[in-house]
Amino acid sequence: MKNGFRLTFWLFLSPVLLWLFLLIVIPHLDLLILSFRGESDIGDPVWTLQNYKNFFIEPIYWNTFIRTALYAMITTLCTFVLALPVSFYIVKLARPRTRGFLTVLLLLPFWVSELVRVYGWMILLRESGVFNYFLLNFGIIHQPIEMLYNDITMVMGLVYTSMLFMVVPLISVMESLDDSLIEAAHDLEATRFDILRTIIIPHCKPGITSGAIVVFMLALGNYLTPNLMGGKNSLWFTEQIYNQFIASFNWNQGAAFGFLLLVLSSAIIWIGLKVTRQKLGEVAS
Amino acid sequence: MIRSLPNSRRYTWSFNLFILAYFTFLFAPLAVTCIFAFNDSNFPSLPWNGFSLDWFTSPGPERVGIFHDEQNLRSILTSFQTAFFVAILSTVVGTCSAFLFEQEEFPFKNGLYFLMLAPLVIPGVILGISLLLAANTAGTFFEDSFGIDIGLFRPSFWLVVFGQFSFITTFVSLVVSARLRKFDHSLEEAAMILGATRLEAIWLITLRYLRPAVIGAGAVAFLMSFENFNTTLFLVGSEPTLPINLYLQVRDGSTPVINSISLLLIVGTSGLALFNLYCSKKED
Repeated sequence: MKNGFRLTFWLFLSPVLLWLFLLIVIPHLDLLILSFRGESDIGDPVWTLQNYKNFFIEPIYWNTFIRTALYAMITTLCTFVLALPVSFYIVKLARPRTRGFLTVLLLLPFWVSELVRVYGWMILLRESGVFNYFLLNFGIIHQPIEMLYNDITMVMGLVYTSMLFMVVPLISVMESLDDSLIEAAHDLEATRFDILRTIIIPHCKPGITSGAIVVFMLALGNYLTPNLMGGKNSLWFTEQIYNQFIASFNWNQGAAFGFLLLVLSSAIIWIGLKVTRQKLGEVAS
Repeated sequence: MIRSLPNSRRYTWSFNLFILAYFTFLFAPLAVTCIFAFNDSNFPSLPWNGFSLDWFTSPGPERVGIFHDEQNLRSILTSFQTAFFVAILSTVVGTCSAFLFEQEEFPFKNGLYFLMLAPLVIPGVILGISLLLAANTAGTFFEDSFGIDIGLFRPSFWLVVFGQFSFITTFVSLVVSARLRKFDHSLEEAAMILGATRLEAIWLITLRYLRPAVIGAGAVAFLMSFENFNTTLFLVGSEPTLPINLYLQVRDGSTPVINSISLLLIVGTSGLALFNLYCSKKED
């Protein structure tokens, strides 16, 4: 009996260990090590801090870094502001029968590849795009406007692609919000804003945290949307990483950038969890 | 404010209007992509020149429809193969991981659980580059010390499979764990009292119970792999997957053949998504 238990234990443990150590732990250690490697003046490989020094010396690098973090936060905020009324409507206002239908409708676009969604926006927004065609034909504008390749469009694209990961946790926490609390507040003549501030948002906090973490991380690590919808000057940090790897072939520099991005995302997620007093395990499930 | 309270007409209507606008925002890009697949034009833009199936069936040479487009067809096949292997691998390992963390007790369990969740918070680009670096280091090591060149360690089909597997397994594990938590453990104990070994009990009883969750998770894994871009970007070799191939085409100027591929993708993924939804409905 005891023997059987150990057998299944090892049967479960060994693939998990192989997966986590070979594909997660070792590669990230390698990333850390290589970010401290470089070449001396005569071309020999040496230990060096040069890769990190470059990051702080070149303004373009840390400017992009800060810009990326800032825009990822703006994206997270916009997503929250948009997702809150949507999930509120679906849970508390929609008729029970349309509710399931609306939820399915809400999820469907996110099953489609991000590339297709970005491409759809490009067709709508570019200089020869659908919006410009209608605006020109209705005589509202006389010259086509390029609506792609600017920061506002990029943030809109990021909000669009990560929306789902805010809406779903918000819907699931809002389902456990007791209607009678809102009714009571209403009877006591609380304004809508008061109800939102003192009842709905505090109740939804766990959902907001997990949604915000996922959205922030997805925006920070996104490559497609900033690359295709944002400006052409590699002003998203993942593009800098890509350039170091693929264009300049400077892998050590790219490793340093990658590690910095990893530290940034872990730090912000950690702060988010600390501020709201939650654990990663709870947020994940 | 809510259903059970009296709401002013203005409040209800403005909220309805907002939701309508939101769903338009959600579906507009997908709708135009699909519509332009049928436009009789060489560019995915207005004006509308009439209905045409050219971008699906035309054999060339002016317009090459998707059913004759060798390069895109090959990348679709590559994506299917990749997603197939990723789905199988991650479902098996993810299920093992669910059993490990739900049913076993061992030292450092919390640490390992934390590590298992880590891929959720590692950006896909970082996963891609660290695997690329590690594979390269390993490849150089084997070549220098044993003089053997192992193709697996260069950007290639299998590196993409392992790269996607490394984070998709976490999702599978979370889905299967959620189902396993609802399982009545006494059923397994009863089987073992009646003489089954632990493995037999798991195989005959627990896995039967988990089947909808496992199949659903496998379908999600397949989809995630099929659509993955960030991690794949750094690991892809001479056989690009569909998202990578499409990205290169969109970046360097596009023809409506991308619309026709997108339409097929939208139809295919919605089908799979609805199937998955059906599976999870059946579970409850």
